[in-house]
Amino acid sequence: MAIEARMWRELGLSDDEYQRVLDAIGREPTPTELAMFSVEWSEHCGYPRSRPLLALFPKEGKYAASTDASADAGGVEVRPGLTVLFKMESHNHPSQVEPFQGAATGVGGIIRDIFTMGARPIAVLDPLRFGELDEPLARYLFRGVVNGIAFYGNCLGVPTIGGELRFEEPYKGNCLVNVMAVGVVETDKIARSRAVGEGNPVIVVGNSTGRDGIGGASILASHEFGEDEEKRPTVQIGDPFTEKCLIEACLEALASGAVVGLKDMGAAGLTCTTCEMSAAGGHGMDVDLQKVPRREPGMEPWEIMMSESQERMLLVAEKGREEAVLGIFRKWGLNAVIVGKVTGDGILRVRDNGQVVAELEAKALADPPVYHLPTEEPAYYAEVQSADLSKVLQPNDMGEVLRNVLASPNIASAAWVYHQYDHMVQTNTVVAPGGDAAVLQLKGYTEGIAVTTDGNGRYCYLDPYVGAQLVLAEATRNLVCVGAEPAGVTDCLNFGNPEKPDRFWQFKRCVAGLADACKHFELPVVSGNVSFYNETLDTAVYPTPVLGVVGVLEDVRLHCTIGFKQAGDVVLLLGDTYEDLGGSEYLKRIHGLVTGKPPALDLDRERAVQGVCLAAVREGLAASAHDCSDGGLAVALAECCIGGQIGASITLPADPDGVRLDARLFGESPSRIVLSASPENADRIQQMAAKRGVPVHLLGEVGGDTLTIEAEDGVRISESVAGMDAIWRGAIPSLMSE
Amino acid sequence: MATATKMRFGIVIFPGSNCETDTWHALNDQMGAPVDYIWHGETDLSGYDCVILPGGFSYGDYLRTGAVARFSPVMGAVMEFADKGGLVLGICNGFQIMLEAGMLPGAMMRNVCQTLVCKYVHLRVETTDGPYTRAMSKGQVLRIPIAHGEGNYYADEAALADLKRNDQIVFRFSTAEGEITPEANPNGSLENIAGICNRERNVLGLMPHPERCSDPILGSADGRLVWESLLQAV
Repeated sequence: MAIEARMWRELGLSDDEYQRVLDAIGREPTPTELAMFSVEWSEHCGYPRSRPLLALFPKEGKYAASTDASADAGGVEVRPGLTVLFKMESHNHPSQVEPFQGAATGVGGIIRDIFTMGARPIAVLDPLRFGELDEPLARYLFRGVVNGIAFYGNCLGVPTIGGELRFEEPYKGNCLVNVMAVGVVETDKIARSRAVGEGNPVIVVGNSTGRDGIGGASILASHEFGEDEEKRPTVQIGDPFTEKCLIEACLEALASGAVVGLKDMGAAGLTCTTCEMSAAGGHGMDVDLQKVPRREPGMEPWEIMMSESQERMLLVAEKGREEAVLGIFRKWGLNAVIVGKVTGDGILRVRDNGQVVAELEAKALADPPVYHLPTEEPAYYAEVQSADLSKVLQPNDMGEVLRNVLASPNIASAAWVYHQYDHMVQTNTVVAPGGDAAVLQLKGYTEGIAVTTDGNGRYCYLDPYVGAQLVLAEATRNLVCVGAEPAGVTDCLNFGNPEKPDRFWQFKRCVAGLADACKHFELPVVSGNVSFYNETLDTAVYPTPVLGVVGVLEDVRLHCTIGFKQAGDVVLLLGDTYEDLGGSEYLKRIHGLVTGKPPALDLDRERAVQGVCLAAVREGLAASAHDCSDGGLAVALAECCIGGQIGASITLPADPDGVRLDARLFGESPSRIVLSASPENADRIQQMAAKRGVPVHLLGEVGGDTLTIEAEDGVRISESVAGMDAIWRGAIPSLMSE
Repeated sequence: MATATKMRFGIVIFPGSNCETDTWHALNDQMGAPVDYIWHGETDLSGYDCVILPGGFSYGDYLRTGAVARFSPVMGAVMEFADKGGLVLGICNGFQIMLEAGMLPGAMMRNVCQTLVCKYVHLRVETTDGPYTRAMSKGQVLRIPIAHGEGNYYADEAALADLKRNDQIVFRFSTAEGEITPEANPNGSLENIAGICNRERNVLGLMPHPERCSDPILGSADGRLVWESLLQAV
């Protein structure tokens, strides 16, 4: 069949890209080969537009990092011989089109990236972003996504231990559904995703292959949404029961020692696994599509190669031991069929009905071209940077402001969500969702891990460089609050159309900020995902780098939670407060403004503050610790009261710089942590802070059933804990019952 | 921490079970009891004193919770084992499988809220007569997690009257103070029922997860009372 322009354009390739295909192989491709290039070279699979910048991320830190580029996930060694693997991915476009299945299959895909490497999946986290929740579309998507995650994750028996929620106008036409998975594996048992050993059998395991998800990576994920939404068939359908059996069967097969390589068939399915495993192993493959278990008759070779049917893996077994491997999958009631063998010539050869339908050098396919795209400062940037916030009027009733901010879905309790997720299965959950970070025990070891996700798109919109650094600062601060030392980072970079220079400018600035901050914190970026084209009808999402950070607790018993514990405990604030109103939840919620500069961040100060908090928790001095961020100090104190079901009497620190009262209460200066401790321990924490040059302020005392906050001119906030609790807990359920 | 005992536990694994290792950990690591896994294709249960049907989503719960698992080869053996007086404990999905198999009366419906609910709840001990609650006191309140989408227990009037007449209602959802109120009921179950036993008292099904609160670091160790009761039973 002759190739016409219509064909490559329908597959999502530009004319220029088609020319590069011709250059790469020196002849006209077959229809199957064209389809394979279209998925493998798509932004979703090959990162041709983002790769040059991603090279800026550091790959090393205090904890030994596992960052093999050909692996499905990366990780850090949390103690000698034990590695925690983790990765975050997006499933934004599928979820906007079909929220339930889009989100469900997002969970399935990221979990496969973890057990592919021989790790037992131990946690899932779901950072989600939608339009404002008073709009019906946002509620429909939010409910569907949460139900989809619950449907899939609960069935797998992997606890969903965290995530975050953001509701902002720019996510209205393009929600963000990011999913992070975490697994644990003995370091010397990490499995490889490669094909080696000439003659070794290549085996397709798991679900049969259907027409679902064709073009998911190349068409749905790698283009903007237009006005016609005929993309539903590109969304895959999830089968969590098969995935659960696949987890058990794959881990059993890997433990048998008869598996040479294993890779998840996610985006781009059979194309991606055959070509990337071949390229990673420096070998080739010869596969026969007639042997692939299929769901329906009459599928064309290119459809089989592009299908994104879920719950499938490609496995290379050791020749002569294939029967043992096949037997394990049969025991779990799964398909396992030998479809071909590894070859020594580096060529990926695909046959169908006796004919060769594709014959390509695996490396050519696995090595997409790199584009260096132009950037341009966005038109809005100068305006928000120079916004004068001194003219914003201060409300008189700060108690009313606090109630109002607590009711914001960006601040309010997310229990409506996480009570639908099984967050306790596997009996490792020491600190459950709802705190600064979740804490898991590692059975049999003293150490534990903490995991959190963060991503303030509003800050990154206002200043992508500083915003991205603030995201890392907050995520790591969350970890020290529970007593964990930050060890490694995964990222999911959600941006608009990179071919538009102003969008790509945001991307470039965010990556630079993040890379610099990670270097400063000596944290490796071990894995990640880039999601471009998050825009609809010319409106892009906020530039939203979402980070997942894993930390290590030396002794999991020495952890901390946010709630105040005991009447008479002293409340301390680490860090100083500045006039940081730009980008705050207060400014948006009360004044309807998204403008100004985001808070300035001093990376040295941030690390010093975190160091004091970590030491205070590790030495058992702190009774509670809570990061002061969204909503500012007043909201942090309210959450400490709600978490402990006890009040506190607070006096704001005297303020030499004349910072406005609303900024002292609701401004979001970073590098601040609220601690509580017994009077003796509070003394020791203050000494520790002084020794390290970290400012510490005595705020008041825990006790009673009311939070009172006093400034120089008297009590400005006096709210009952029960009242704040009802508002904070009731906000999302009440919006969702409309 | 190990309790001297000769009692031997077997935990059945159906495809889709996902609480088998948690239950193993609670019994073996926490209580020091000998435990084996039993693949659902097995039919020989000799050598066990207590067989546990664990939580999870057997066969994905695709048709109806527990509806497929009850046809697994092991279930014939489990029912025979129970008929001979062997102890059989069904937790969450295990309880649902027991109802489908007719080992206990009644049926499960979707939670009233239509979603899975995962959280700590309170449970009032309604009877201490039997091997599962003898280490507890009547009216005692336990703090214990639930995680299920279909725990809305239903039985018709005659069956409910039977359950009451024979003191077969073992646990009810309650407030922290032990009051049985609609607010304390997380799923809409009939009369706040959370767990029932058979007339012979050797078969117990309950929705909450004692294995999830058998280690103090997880926030409650009240689940140990179930294991302690069983270990006293020998």
